[in-house]
Amino acid sequence: MRIIVNGAEAEIAEGSSVGDLVRQRVDDRRRVAVARNGEVVPRAEWDSTPLAERDTVEVLAPVAGG
Amino acid sequence: MDDSLVLGGEKFESRLLLGTGGVPSLEVLEQVIAASGTQVVTIALRRVEAAAGAPLVAVLEKAGVRLLPNTAGCMTAREAVLTAQLAREAFETNWVKLEVIGDDRTLLPDPVELLDAAERLVADGFTVLPYTNDDPITARRLADVGCAAVMPAGAPIGSGLGIRNPHNIALIREAVTVPVVLDAGIGTASDAALAMELGCDAVLIASAVTRARSPELMAEAMRDAVRAGRAAYRAGRIPRRWHAEASTPIAGFPQL
Repeated sequence: MRIIVNGAEAEIAEGSSVGDLVRQRVDDRRRVAVARNGEVVPRAEWDSTPLAERDTVEVLAPVAGG
Repeated sequence: MDDSLVLGGEKFESRLLLGTGGVPSLEVLEQVIAASGTQVVTIALRRVEAAAGAPLVAVLEKAGVRLLPNTAGCMTAREAVLTAQLAREAFETNWVKLEVIGDDRTLLPDPVELLDAAERLVADGFTVLPYTNDDPITARRLADVGCAAVMPAGAPIGSGLGIRNPHNIALIREAVTVPVVLDAGIGTASDAALAMELGCDAVLIASAVTRARSPELMAEAMRDAVRAGRAAYRAGRIPRRWHAEASTPIAGFPQL
């Protein structure tokens, strides 16, 4: 299915969870945060939150700033 | 005498909060944290492709500083609230340096969106440290909705223009009981000292240190300036006079 990850179209297997997506994108899950369709997905719910066609997901990590 | 800074219910010996924006390398970051003596360091969240990730956090964890996530770049209350909630997930802290800017040219806060976001985040259990304009009324409104401090700009972010309106900063100090942290605009050590002399409880410095020719030396200078300014504030400056007042007694002056 097609989803949008960090502003770009991406293909991910049917039935994938937020946790699956995070595993694909980062090696170290610590200090990572995820928003799905404009809402925070708490870390504890990553693996139990299924992704759906056309979901918009942001996968964020720390950067120097401010 | 104990002169600790109490911020969000926690005590800190250092009154210098360090921003990591503009830091040229992780090695320099480590140096400036040590040289500045800071105990609170800001950090941001960006898409993983653009992020520094684990190595950055490792440096901060090793230094033992408190992380202060920010909402840099947000222009609406909605964006800022969501960013703060994401930062709470990522950094496991309910502290947030709330930034809601009005435009890209000045990066000055949008007070309407800022107050809205502050109110929502306080209600959601955050310790909110808002970056605000140097306006005593906005500062009071932010304190009234439960912010843990107010952080007025001395001048636009990264401008190094110092404190453009010292009178307003002093008025802000009078207007609120929460800590006042001078944020943005500091260019060199005397600016940091002035902030403290005006009664600010702390300063937050990023660019002035990270973009200095020698960040480590400037971090040291800022540490000393903050201490000196704080001491001067506590000591109480003499009143300004128009004419001289002799410091050597006139009595006993000889007939020459």
